[in-house]
Amino acid sequence: MSGDGQGRRHWFDDEAGPVVRPYAMTRGRTTSAAQHRLDLIALVVTEQHAEDPEADHTLSPEHVDIVELCRDVPQSVAELAAGLDLPVGVVRVLIGDLVDDEMVHVTRPVPPAELPDESILRDVISGLRAL
Amino acid sequence: MIFGRSERGKPPVEPVTLKILVAGGFGVGKTTLVGAVSEIRPLRTEELLTEAGRPIDDISGVEGKHTTTVAMDFGRITLREDLVLYLFGTPGQDRFWFLWDELATGALGAVVLADTRRLEDCFAAVDYFERRSIPFVVGVNCFEDTARYPAEAVRQALDLDPGVPVVLCDARDRESVKEVLIRVVQHAMAHAAAAREAVTT
Repeated sequence: MSGDGQGRRHWFDDEAGPVVRPYAMTRGRTTSAAQHRLDLIALVVTEQHAEDPEADHTLSPEHVDIVELCRDVPQSVAELAAGLDLPVGVVRVLIGDLVDDEMVHVTRPVPPAELPDESILRDVISGLRAL
Repeated sequence: MIFGRSERGKPPVEPVTLKILVAGGFGVGKTTLVGAVSEIRPLRTEELLTEAGRPIDDISGVEGKHTTTVAMDFGRITLREDLVLYLFGTPGQDRFWFLWDELATGALGAVVLADTRRLEDCFAAVDYFERRSIPFVVGVNCFEDTARYPAEAVRQALDLDPGVPVVLCDARDRESVKEVLIRVVQHAMAHAAAAREAVTT
């Protein structure tokens, strides 16, 4: 996927919009049972034992994409939504399914109303300086 | 799969993730600021609003329209293998406040980007962060063809608390944006220290 789509006169492929309506992928669900509201920066990590998600016929191609994308490098919810070009709400439901199936787990970012450790903040400052 | 996955058996590093919000009026340079420091081209996530938007969105006249799309631009800075900072541009329209709530949850702090020609555009953002006591810094984006105002004048015009840092910046310039973000984190630390003080005394 390259970003060289500028200046085209016609809509092809992705530009023509989704073939499947987004919430059809979740079979109309907008929340999943186990779903603690996933933060946009929560990281999704594929479980080691999730070897061959394609063999699981209960999973949609989008589920499989998520499992594969998060295998080597954990991905944030926001990055998955952008990468798969799906609304955040849809991605959350799909991740919820995968958590239920124990195919992935999700890291919790720093809880609300609680700042991370001062030492982490110092690391952030020195990290920014070193950029 | 012919190629074995690299380092099979070794679980990937799960970094700590943090976020800083970038707020401000439409066209003030939020996405430019994110792009100036992000290691990825700013990405866009979208949220379809259906039920959630119903009490807020006035759809009279367009009853056939069931969904609205809100876009949030974001970037990523990997500070260390185990420490990743995300920057989120907030959606510009005021009626998407409820999305701000979600974005603001757990945020380290915020940058309110201001344009001195249209300072009033950032009133809402300043108000929002003040009310929720989210530490924020006002970044005055110095556009080339505008008169420069001293930071103090901006502070007065926005009626900011004395503790809120006001920084003149250039949203296109990486060094300048780095400085703004450092100020946000420093301010967040001071904010946290003051909060702790208040609890213990």
